[in-house]
Amino acid sequence: MEIPYGVKERPDTGLNNAKLGIWLFLASEVMLFGGLFSAYIFLRTGVDDWPMGSKYLDVKMATLNTLFLITSSVTMVMSWASLKLNDFKKFKLYAGSTLLLACGFLVIKYFEYSSKFSYSYYPSTDNFLGIYFTMTGLHVIHVIGGIAVIAFLLFPGAKMWETDPERFTSRIEVTGLYWHFVDLVWIFLFPVLYLL
Amino acid sequence: MSDNHTKETFFTKYIWSIDHKVIGIQYGITALLWLLVGFGLMMVMRYQLAYPDTQIPFIGWIFGEDKLLLPEKYNSLGAMHGTIMIFLGVVPLAFGAFGNYLVPLQIGAIDMAFPRLNAASYWTYFLGSIIMVVGFFVPGGAANSGWTSYPPLADVATAGQTVWLLGMVMLITSSLLGSVNIMVTVIQLRAEGMTWFRLPIFVWTQFITAFLLLLAFPPLEAAGILQLMDRLAGTSFFLPTGLVVSGEVLTNAGGGSPLLWQHLFWFLAHPEVYVLILPAFGIISEIIANNTRKPLSGYKSLVYAMTFLGFMSFVVWAHHMYLTGMGTTMGAFFQTTTMIISIPSVVILTALLLSLWGGSIRFNTPMLFALAFLPMFGIGGLTGLPLGLAAADIHLHDTYYVIGHFHYVVAPGTLFALFAGVYFWFPKVTGKSLNESLGKLHFYFSFIFMNGVFMPMFIQGLAGVSRRLADGGQAYAHAADVIYLNEIMSWSAWLLGMAQLFFIANVVLTLFKARTGEINPWNATTIDWTETTSPPLGHGNFEKIPVVYRGPYEYSVPGSKIDFTPQTEKG
Repeated sequence: MEIPYGVKERPDTGLNNAKLGIWLFLASEVMLFGGLFSAYIFLRTGVDDWPMGSKYLDVKMATLNTLFLITSSVTMVMSWASLKLNDFKKFKLYAGSTLLLACGFLVIKYFEYSSKFSYSYYPSTDNFLGIYFTMTGLHVIHVIGGIAVIAFLLFPGAKMWETDPERFTSRIEVTGLYWHFVDLVWIFLFPVLYLL
Repeated sequence: MSDNHTKETFFTKYIWSIDHKVIGIQYGITALLWLLVGFGLMMVMRYQLAYPDTQIPFIGWIFGEDKLLLPEKYNSLGAMHGTIMIFLGVVPLAFGAFGNYLVPLQIGAIDMAFPRLNAASYWTYFLGSIIMVVGFFVPGGAANSGWTSYPPLADVATAGQTVWLLGMVMLITSSLLGSVNIMVTVIQLRAEGMTWFRLPIFVWTQFITAFLLLLAFPPLEAAGILQLMDRLAGTSFFLPTGLVVSGEVLTNAGGGSPLLWQHLFWFLAHPEVYVLILPAFGIISEIIANNTRKPLSGYKSLVYAMTFLGFMSFVVWAHHMYLTGMGTTMGAFFQTTTMIISIPSVVILTALLLSLWGGSIRFNTPMLFALAFLPMFGIGGLTGLPLGLAAADIHLHDTYYVIGHFHYVVAPGTLFALFAGVYFWFPKVTGKSLNESLGKLHFYFSFIFMNGVFMPMFIQGLAGVSRRLADGGQAYAHAADVIYLNEIMSWSAWLLGMAQLFFIANVVLTLFKARTGEINPWNATTIDWTETTSPPLGHGNFEKIPVVYRGPYEYSVPGSKIDFTPQTEKG
């Protein structure tokens, strides 16, 4: 016996289980990052002097990272669209690009972190750096999670394309939704931490 | 997923099982054991409160050679009692066990939407619960800053607090997996004809509970991450500038705020109250409808009231914080929302009470627990009103009155509902009915001693005795008149513990009996009873996926030959 609506959509809700599940998961993620953004506002309004982000942080590097993530979101959609068009080669190309861009994000983030540490800027230095490291750190964990899933679907998990293409396409779509969310969090983090 | 089960070993069947029924039972057994542990901690604490600074009998050696429960250890027990009871006991039992086992059966689904996530949810919970008690064995003992973990105290507390936070992160992950699963299952896997307004109230309550867990827990996770950073990376999110600890100024950067924790914590912890009580409403509704042999009064009112309750529970959190100096405007807002949220609770209780009217009531054990739930929860709810008003809260805040109030909601409230549920669905799960005489003894003694424990707390609290005092208030003159109650409460607590032996004996003895073969011993109408055997078939639950034609509570339908009409009966 198979659990219904794993891939096919349930007519009255218009969703399959996986898609609904990931949307609910993302709702909970919104609350997680929402809690941290609220904490940021609370901490910032609670003190008289709060440093400008650019005092500590490198806006240029972060801009480059923003471009990386936005592009990776685009390639993620393209990889899903390629599957829908039955073009597995293009899927490999686009999903591979997403993976590379995500890794590029991590490399830049690594240089950013190590340059902070080289100036003795640590989470304990002040609450700005504290919340910076906490929020971007949590975001980096989400990026790593995304990389793991995309890498799985690109290499060992790709076999499913032969046996159950519909389910595989659904997996890529769901992964894409998660990946857009990771991108979106960064779109909020970038101005809040670096520019304001 | 479940089609090729040719080789099922003991291991895959009972340990790594992905069958929602097995996972439900795993949740149930684990949670009941944790309830016993949490209650055990309290029985030790009650000895210290009744007879301060005397040696603990029988098990005193655990606390060192002097056999005394020192204040710091008392604090540890207090914090862990709360944590274990709520996060390891009641919620996993109400949501993990009952939800997992019954929701798919009641909506006519063959399993949960994501069976593997379901197993992952249980095992993360199990791991989290082990991490929680590992705290007892680190230097300085388990977390000792109360179950609320208020900083700055929790920020500078011993290593047990770090363990507590790590355990909490696991438990939050587990509840996230569980709640997504329940919500998707209810939305997607309802059988043909099982429309939203034909769902049993129990399914509704689980659905709303999942919604609360999904959205309320993450802010606590955020807070937990911030507190971990404070403790491990030396940040100052919750530490104000110039804080003095043990006579020395902290060298932290400062600039943080303890209030930030309280906001994030109560943003979870108030909805958590409804996570504790909603499944109880669900269980009670099923049992009352079944044992009055008539439909529930106001099915739709119940559904709307519970949904409204769920939404409102997100905007009342700061009524726990009137005394923090957050300002009168904030206070006015949260007093208003708090008064508003009491309305749906009254609607629910009234609907359940009216459901008794004109019924031919069967006074079996589950029904006795259900009937006791109504006034007990009523007392718990009504004593909350003065706490919701800032002026009265100034006097009552952090006294035993508060302890009495929330224990009436959770202990004789939710716990009675859970016991009712265990007695009611035990025949479903095992195919064997629990003994009625032992059950009734369990009920009557529990009922008496529960009130013996918690009723005097109101008297002490009104006299101004503070909670979390390791000597039970001995050091305070204003407690002198009411301190004699400590002994009464402690003896009630120990006797309450004895009364649970009836329950344990009942379960153990019944498990050794042969199956009765009865499928529907309570003559119930819902799918879980009528469309599958007791215990249900293995993977897949149903021989034929049921089709639903009517609402869940069609008891004593005029013109019908029998006094119950199953949901699957055409017409």
